[in-house]
Amino acid sequence: MEIFGVPTQALFGQLLIGLINGSFYALLSLGLAVIFGQLNIINFAHGAQYMMGAFCAYVLLNELAIGYWWSLLLAPLIVGATGVVIERLMLSRLYKLDHLYGLLLTFGLALVLQGLFRHEFGSAGLPYAMPEQLTGGRDLGFMFLPNYRAWVIVASLAVCLGTWYVIERTKLGSYLRAATENPALVQAFGVNVPRMITLTYGFGVALAALAGVMAAPIYQVSPTMGADLIIVVFAVVVIGGMGSILGAIVTGFGLGLIEGLTKVFYPEASNTVIFIIMAIVLLLRPAGLFGTQK
Amino acid sequence: MTSNAAAVPIARTSGVLRHQQIAFLAMAGFFLLAPLVVYPMFLMKVMCFALFACAFNLLIGYVGLLSFGHAMFFGMASYTSAHAAKVWGLTPELAILFGTACACLLGVAAGLLAIRRQGIYFAMITLALAQMVYFFSLQAPFTGGEDGIQAVPRGKLFGLIDLNNVWAMYAFVFAIFIGGFLLIYRIVHSPFGQVLKAIRENESRAVSLGYDVDRYKLLAFVLSATLAGLAGGTKAIVFQLASLTDVHWTMSGEVVLMSLVGGLGTIFGPVVGAAVIMAMQNYLAHLGAWVTIVQGAIFVVCVLAFRRGIVGEIAHAIRKPL
Repeated sequence: MEIFGVPTQALFGQLLIGLINGSFYALLSLGLAVIFGQLNIINFAHGAQYMMGAFCAYVLLNELAIGYWWSLLLAPLIVGATGVVIERLMLSRLYKLDHLYGLLLTFGLALVLQGLFRHEFGSAGLPYAMPEQLTGGRDLGFMFLPNYRAWVIVASLAVCLGTWYVIERTKLGSYLRAATENPALVQAFGVNVPRMITLTYGFGVALAALAGVMAAPIYQVSPTMGADLIIVVFAVVVIGGMGSILGAIVTGFGLGLIEGLTKVFYPEASNTVIFIIMAIVLLLRPAGLFGTQK
Repeated sequence: MTSNAAAVPIARTSGVLRHQQIAFLAMAGFFLLAPLVVYPMFLMKVMCFALFACAFNLLIGYVGLLSFGHAMFFGMASYTSAHAAKVWGLTPELAILFGTACACLLGVAAGLLAIRRQGIYFAMITLALAQMVYFFSLQAPFTGGEDGIQAVPRGKLFGLIDLNNVWAMYAFVFAIFIGGFLLIYRIVHSPFGQVLKAIRENESRAVSLGYDVDRYKLLAFVLSATLAGLAGGTKAIVFQLASLTDVHWTMSGEVVLMSLVGGLGTIFGPVVGAAVIMAMQNYLAHLGAWVTIVQGAIFVVCVLAFRRGIVGEIAHAIRKPL
């Protein structure tokens, strides 16, 4: 069976890979958007923290024999805790300055983290065993669907929608949104805004680490796994605009799919297609698809 | 970056300030005398990167736009100059001019897109565009992929002076560096530069005063890109090599670091910053991953405790702009 001269197996295979990449784009851009909403900082260390999540799972498995499912819980907690420390010790000193200093600081942090892990584990990618329960796959008739990949898509969708629900539909979320609009006023109502900001950063970082754990069995665990990814995620954020949580999720999955399609029909452009879309969006709708220009 | 980056107001708007003259003579004297004691290849590298950092600083220091993708101009000019010199057999000055012109064109295209957003978005857009240029360089046939363009001939300047002579090469690089530096000085201290500073301090005010802010930003962006290209093209001829390193995002990060260490928004800061970072890389080269760690740590320390940078601190101490 063929569609536009492309075998359906190949087409759906690439679309699946696109959806997987899209899951990671969505998770990471969601974390960036949540952090940006509260701290007004673009967290350049996000890619490094995603990498830390993957390494955390790797170390837990190989040093402490703690498996994938516990890692899914522990790695985000551990990496999120380092995020809390970073926010308290460093980022909290920058809120009164130009926002660009936050970008520069987190860029420096990303370099330090990446260098430390390269020093400790080397540059080569390390394999991470897939959890037993999710090995194998099923034949859907038109394509073969590996179980683990299906799990990644479902799990990241669930996490994204859960985050959206908490922020847009709960009381806690309303505090968060209010603090984005007017922190002084929210503080006057007795909400501990600095602590909320700290925890928000920790949560955003934990999301990145969670993505890292989920990525570990698919991609090799390596110190540079986050560095190139984060630049693509920045482009995703520019395309979607950081105004809306749902926008970040939709753009993430959508661009993953488009990237997958490009791999089928014009593989030479698959690396650059997201950046080209970014350029087009900037020309037509500078504020981003879901953003509002201030 | 707003007032805290350039804590020292420019006291006079025209004319050359006396202490800046002294600092300039000291800098020129240093680069003239230093090759007697320091390896000239190292100094040429410093001058190339100093010009690159000065070009970058024109944007961040005087318009307040943080470009995280300046490696695209540096790298693209490096590739095109190397190609022109090696494949087309152009003389070095024409090859560099060609590379600079390519960077200028790329600057127009990137600038038109990037100035549509401000602040953090501007940084992310330039970074993404530079990554696109990186992938282009990886795939395009003329760049030689992972190998880069090697063994670029230095050729004869104006068809007369053989640049394989290290002193001729040094004099040529010195002339380009001083020329570029003076041009940036002139730009910053011109009425055009005053408008740029007005945009940095308060963009909406500049708009309300009737300035077409986007045109000023675009022109500043293109000038910065062109001068970064001049540095990149010169680097390709000096080191006879153009490679993916020149266009990778780590290069964009390095030029940010040089300007930050030297002092954002100071005339001499990027030169000092380039010298410091290059020296550090030289000494730490054998330590591998530690270079990245130390560079990252310097970023963190500078942002937290040393935002004025070396020259900025000196300028603050003597209460005069440098």
